[in-house]
Amino acid sequence: MGGLQKKKFERGSATNYITRNRARKKLQLSLPDFRRLCILKGIYPHEPKHKKKVNKGSTAPRTFYLLKDIRFLLHEPIVGKFREYKIFVRKLKKAYGKTEWSAVERLRENKPTYKLDHIIKERYPTFIDALRDIDDALCMCFLFSTFARTGKCHVQTIQLCRRLTVEWMNYVIASRSLRKVFLSIKGIYYQAEVMGQLITWVVPYQFSHDHPVDVDYRVMATFTELYTTLLGFVSFRLYSSLNLVYPPKLDSNGESEPKEESEDDYAMNSESYLEKLSALSASLARVVSSADEEEAQLDQFPSEGEDMEKMEAREKELKQQEAQKKLFEGLKFYLNREVPRESLAFVIRCFGGQVSWDKSVCIGSTYDVTDETITHQIIDRPSVGKQYINRYYIQPQWLYDCVNAKILLPVEDYFLGVTLPPHLSPFVEEKEGDYVPPEKLKMMALQRGEKPGNEQEEDEEEEEEEGEQEEEQEEDDNGDEEDDEEEVAEEKNLKKMEEQRSQGKSLHVKVTPGKLKVENKARLEQEEKAEEKRLAIMMMKKKEKYLYDKIMFGKKRKVREANKLAAKRKAHDDSEKAKKKKARK
Amino acid sequence: MERALQQIFNFNRKPADEDKDDDLSDSEDSVYSGLEDSGSDSEEEEGSDDDEEEGSDDNDDKMKEKKEGEVSEEKKKHEYEHDSSDEEDIRNTVGNIPMEWYKDFPHIGYNLDGKKIYKPIRNKDELDDFLDKMENPEYWRTVHDKQTGSDVVLSDDQVELVNRLQRGQFGDVNFNECEPMVEFFSSDVMIHPVTNRPADKRSFIPSLTEKEKVSKLVHAIKMGWIKPRRVEDDGRGRYYNLWASEDSSILARHKMHLPAPKIPLPGHHESYNPPPEYLFTDEERALWEQQDPADRKLPFVPRKYSSLRQVPAFSQFIHERFERCLDLYLCPRQRKMRVNVNPEDLIPQLPKPKDLQPFPTTRSLVYRGHSGLVRSISVSPSGQWLASGSDDGSVRFWEVCSSRCMKTVQVGGAVKSVAWNPNPSVCLLAVALDSVVLILSPSLADKQVILSSERLLSAQQEGEEPAEGNGSVVWSEAEGEELNQGLRLKIQHPKAVHQVVWHAKGDYLASVMPDNTSHLQVYIHQLSRRRSQNPFSRNKGLVQCISFHPIRPYFFVATQRSIRIYNLVKQEMTKKLQTNSKWISSMAVHPGGDHVICGSYDCKLSWFDLDLSTKPYKMLRHHKKAVRGVAYHRLYPLFASASDDGSVIVCHGTVYNDLLQNPLIVPVKVLRGHVMTHDLGVLDVTFHPTQPWVFSSGADATICLFT
Repeated sequence: MGGLQKKKFERGSATNYITRNRARKKLQLSLPDFRRLCILKGIYPHEPKHKKKVNKGSTAPRTFYLLKDIRFLLHEPIVGKFREYKIFVRKLKKAYGKTEWSAVERLRENKPTYKLDHIIKERYPTFIDALRDIDDALCMCFLFSTFARTGKCHVQTIQLCRRLTVEWMNYVIASRSLRKVFLSIKGIYYQAEVMGQLITWVVPYQFSHDHPVDVDYRVMATFTELYTTLLGFVSFRLYSSLNLVYPPKLDSNGESEPKEESEDDYAMNSESYLEKLSALSASLARVVSSADEEEAQLDQFPSEGEDMEKMEAREKELKQQEAQKKLFEGLKFYLNREVPRESLAFVIRCFGGQVSWDKSVCIGSTYDVTDETITHQIIDRPSVGKQYINRYYIQPQWLYDCVNAKILLPVEDYFLGVTLPPHLSPFVEEKEGDYVPPEKLKMMALQRGEKPGNEQEEDEEEEEEEGEQEEEQEEDDNGDEEDDEEEVAEEKNLKKMEEQRSQGKSLHVKVTPGKLKVENKARLEQEEKAEEKRLAIMMMKKKEKYLYDKIMFGKKRKVREANKLAAKRKAHDDSEKAKKKKARK
Repeated sequence: MERALQQIFNFNRKPADEDKDDDLSDSEDSVYSGLEDSGSDSEEEEGSDDDEEEGSDDNDDKMKEKKEGEVSEEKKKHEYEHDSSDEEDIRNTVGNIPMEWYKDFPHIGYNLDGKKIYKPIRNKDELDDFLDKMENPEYWRTVHDKQTGSDVVLSDDQVELVNRLQRGQFGDVNFNECEPMVEFFSSDVMIHPVTNRPADKRSFIPSLTEKEKVSKLVHAIKMGWIKPRRVEDDGRGRYYNLWASEDSSILARHKMHLPAPKIPLPGHHESYNPPPEYLFTDEERALWEQQDPADRKLPFVPRKYSSLRQVPAFSQFIHERFERCLDLYLCPRQRKMRVNVNPEDLIPQLPKPKDLQPFPTTRSLVYRGHSGLVRSISVSPSGQWLASGSDDGSVRFWEVCSSRCMKTVQVGGAVKSVAWNPNPSVCLLAVALDSVVLILSPSLADKQVILSSERLLSAQQEGEEPAEGNGSVVWSEAEGEELNQGLRLKIQHPKAVHQVVWHAKGDYLASVMPDNTSHLQVYIHQLSRRRSQNPFSRNKGLVQCISFHPIRPYFFVATQRSIRIYNLVKQEMTKKLQTNSKWISSMAVHPGGDHVICGSYDCKLSWFDLDLSTKPYKMLRHHKKAVRGVAYHRLYPLFASASDDGSVIVCHGTVYNDLLQNPLIVPVKVLRGHVMTHDLGVLDVTFHPTQPWVFSSGADATICLFT
C-alpha cells in the first residue's frame, strides 16, 4: 500500500472557493476597501453546490468567493491606488499633527485619484452588455440627483448625477424610445427600449428625503461612483449613435427656442445651461445637421422558417410602435404649476408633443397660458379660475394612461374634478387564468378599436345591466322556486315511501314504477376521465408525485388568488351600485 | 487698527492745534508732500503710481474733513475752559463706593465735616411711580442717580448722546471715523527715516538654511518623494467612446459570470390609484401588520390617492435602493436550473382501466347482522358461503348471493380470525379467538362433503392421543351444546392467537401468537393427526402474519419489518424480503407463488417479485391511512387492499410467464362503502374464489360485496 495519503479538502470544490476573510487577507485590504473593490469590480459571492465540501466539513454560514475571482483581483491597479490613498491619509494626519500647513496643502493637491474606465470596459466588454446592466445605474443616479446638497454625499456627485440623468432623458426624447410609464406609490417607473434592450428605471417623487439611519451611504456612494462612469460612457455612445453632440448642446436654430428675455433672470450662462437642458423643452444640436431624420424603410427578408402570419404580426407591431412614437404629435400642452413638470415634459416630448409651462416654474417655457393654440392643459387642482374654451383641462393621469394604452384615450374620464379611473401597471402581462381587472379589458377593447358608447349610453347600459341582473335574480329566484318545487316533490315522494314502509310493515307491498335515470353522457365521460387520471396519479413515483403536487398547489393558489380578487371587485362594485341607487332615490 | 491709530494721532495733534494759529491744512500738506517725494522707491516702482493717486484722493478728503473739524474744535475749546482736573463736579462727597451699603440708612454718606448727608426725601411708592409714569411727559427721560439719590431729567443733547451710543456710534457727533491712516512705517524712503541703520550683511549673502531646505526639496523631488503639482485633471465627467474597438473575445471569467436578476417590475398593487380590489381590507391590513417583514407578500401597503398631487414621498425609497446595492455585492449567487414541467407529462401512461375488465366496480350487497366490528371474513372454496368473525363474539355464515345469514355461532369471545378450509372436499372453518383455535363444521354443503369432513376430524381419534412433548398445545373435542352448534375441535394455545391460516391441501393449519419475548409464536397443526409443532426454535422478532405457499412447501412469516421465507422440507430460511415499511399489517401470496404483496400500517403496499429481488418491485402509496388487509384473486389478475381510510382499492396486477417482463400493476378502482367508526375503516378484504368479486368487512359491523 504505497503512495501518499490523500488529504481531505486539497482538491475538488474545496480549492475553488475561498472565504471572505481569507480573500481579504490575501489581498491585504481592510474590509471597507475590500467591499469597495468588490463593488467596483463586480465580484460577488458564489453559493457552492455542496457547502459542506467547501466549508471543510462544517456547516457554519460563510460567504464564499470564487478563488479565480480573487486571484483576478490581485492584479487590479486600483488595489494599488487604494494603498496609495491609505498612505496619503496617514501622511495627511501626520502633517496635521505637526501643524505643517504647507505640507497639508501640498499633500491635498496631490491627493491620489483613480479612474474606472478600464473597469467598465472589463466588466462590459461590449456596449450591449453595458446597456443590459444600466437599470440599476439609472435608478441610482436619479435618486442621487434628487438629494439635497448637504451632508450625505459630495455636491459634485449630486451635480454629476443630475447632469447624467438629464443627458439620459434628453437622449430618450431624441430617440423617442420611451415605451411605458407607471405612476406608483414609490415613484414613477419608466421603460424605454434602447437598441433592443428594455430598460426600466424609477424616479422618486420630487420631495426631500428623510435619510434613514441604517443605510450605509459609503456603499451607495461607491456604487454611484461606478454607475456615473458607466452611465457617462453609455450616454456618449448613445449620443454619437444618434449623431448628437456630446456633451449635449441645445439646438440653436431650433424652432422651439426658449425666449431670450428669460435668460436675463439667471446669473450665469454656465449655470443656466444645465437648467435649460433639464427643461427638456428644446431639441439638441446634431453633429451632422439633421439630414436623414426619416428612417429608411426597412427591407424585409422573409426567411423560410417563418410563416407569413408571424411576419405580419411583427409588421403590425412595428407599425403600432411607430404610431406610438407619434402619439402626441400635433398636440400642444400647457402644464399648470402644481403638476410634476419634469416627468410630464419628458413624457410629452418623448411622444412628439409640444409643451410649455408657467415662466415662474422653470426656465425654458416656450409659450404662455394665453396661447390660443394650446389643446390640452394639464391641471391637478379641484377647480380653475379662468378657463379657455378651446382646450381640454385634464388631469395628468391621462397622459400616462395614453402612453400605456398606445392610443389617445377619451378625455372625458380625466376632466377636472372627475373621479379618475384606476391607473394600471403596464408591466403586468396577464397569462391565461390570471385575474384581469375590468379596466384593462376595457382598454384592450379600445385598442382593438371597439368604441364604447358615450356616458349616457353607458348609464343606460348600466341600467340595462341592472335590469338584466334583476332579471337574473328573478331567474335565480325562479330557479330557487323550481328547486323548491323539486324539493317539495321529493318530500312528497319520501312521505309516500314512508307510508309505503309503514304499509310494508303491515304487509301491503306495492310496486311503484321506477323512474328512468337520465344519464348525462358527456358528464359520465368526464367523470371517467377524471377517475382515470386520479388512478394514474396514484401510480406516480414519489419524486414525481412531489413535484406534481407542488405544481398543482401553485396553480391552485393562483386560481384562488384570482378568484379572491374577482370576488373583492364584485363586492366593491355592488356596494358602489347600491350607493348610487340610494343617492338617486 | 487704522481707526485706533487715527485716534491716537488726533489726540496727539490736539495740543498742537491749540498752539498753532496757522491754517491746519498747511501742516497736513507738508506731511503728505514728504510722503510723495519719497515715493520713488526702487522696489515698488509699479505700485507707486497707484499710491500717488490714492494719496491725492486722500488729501482731498482730508481738506473737507478738516473744515468740519475746525467747527467742532471751537466747541471743544469752550468745554475745556470749564474743565479742569481740580474743579470736579462733585455732587456729594461720599466717594465712589457701592451705594447699596447705605441702602438701609437714611443718609448716603458723610460730608467733609463728617456730617451725614441725607438722602432726598423720597416718598414715592409704586402707585406714585405708576401715576408718574402715566402722567409725567418727562418720565421717559428721567433717570435715577444712585450717587445722589435724586432723579435727573435728561436734556435733549443727553438723550441724543444716549441714542448714539446705543446705536454703536461715537458719542461725538463731529467725530470722523474714516480718516485716512498715516503710515509711519512704509517702504518709501523718507527724508527723515524712523531708523537709519545700514542694511545687515546677511541680507546680501544667500541664506544657508534656505539653501538647505531647497536642496532637501530638490532631493525629495528627484527621489520621487514629492510629486510635482498634479495637473488639474477633470477625470470625472470626461467621457469618450469606450467601446470603440469591441473585441468579441469573452474573458474566461465571464463564462462563470451570473448576471444579477433585474428588479421585478411593479404590478397593479403598486399604482397610486389601483383598482379597488387591490386595496387591503381591514383584515388583510391587520394581517399584514402582524406578519414579520420577511414573510410579507407585499413589502408595502397598497394605497389609493384621488389625484397625483396628493401622492407623498415613499419613505422606504432609499432603503430599497440600499437593499438592492447590498444584494448586488453581498448576496451569493447560484445558477438554478428551473425546469418548466407540464404537470400532465408527469402522470404515467397506463392502460385504461376499461381495457382491464373485469374487476369489481359497484357495491351490490351489504351483509348486516353483526353488532361489533368485523375483523375477519373468509369465503368457502365453492364460493357459496361467506364466514365472518366479529368482536361481538359470534361467527356468522352468510349465503353470498342472497346476503342471508344462514347460521350464527356464538363462540364466546372476540373473533380475531376465520379461515375456510381450502380443500373443496371438506367443509371446515378455523376460528381464532383469545387463545383458542376452533374448528367448526358448519354443515353447509352436500352430505358427501359433510361426511368427509366429519371423517377427517374423527380419523385421528382412532389413533393415539397427541403425545406432544411440549404439551403447551392441547387438543380437545367439543361437547354438548357446542357440538350442536357445529363446533368440533378446540386447540388450546398458551397465548392469544391472532391469525390462523390453512395450507392449500387443507390438512395443515398454522396459527400466530405474536409475542416479542419467546420463540413460541407460530404453531403448525396437522388436523388429521391432531399434532402441533413449533417450527422455529429462535425468536426473530414479532410475527405479524403467516402464509403457506400455494404450491410448494414454503412458509412465509412476516415480522414487523421483513418477510422471511422458509423451506419446510429443508427446514431452512431461503429468503428474507426487506419491505422498507415500519410495521407490516398483512400479507398475501400470489396464487402462482412467485409474488407477494404486503400492506403496512404506514400506508404502503409493497409488491415483491421473488425472482427479481428481496426489495419491493413496487411501492404503492395510494392509501391515506394504514393498510389493514391485502388479498389476491385466485384466478383473475387482481389484488385489493383495504385501509383505515374506508376504501378498498382494487388493482390490476398481471404476472407474465415470461421472466423478463415485469408485472404490470394498474390501479383500476377505488371502492367505498364503509362508514368510518372509531377511526377504523375496512378491516379485512377477500376475493370471491371464482368471480371477480371482492368482499370487505368494516368497523361499521357490515360486510360489503363489490361486483
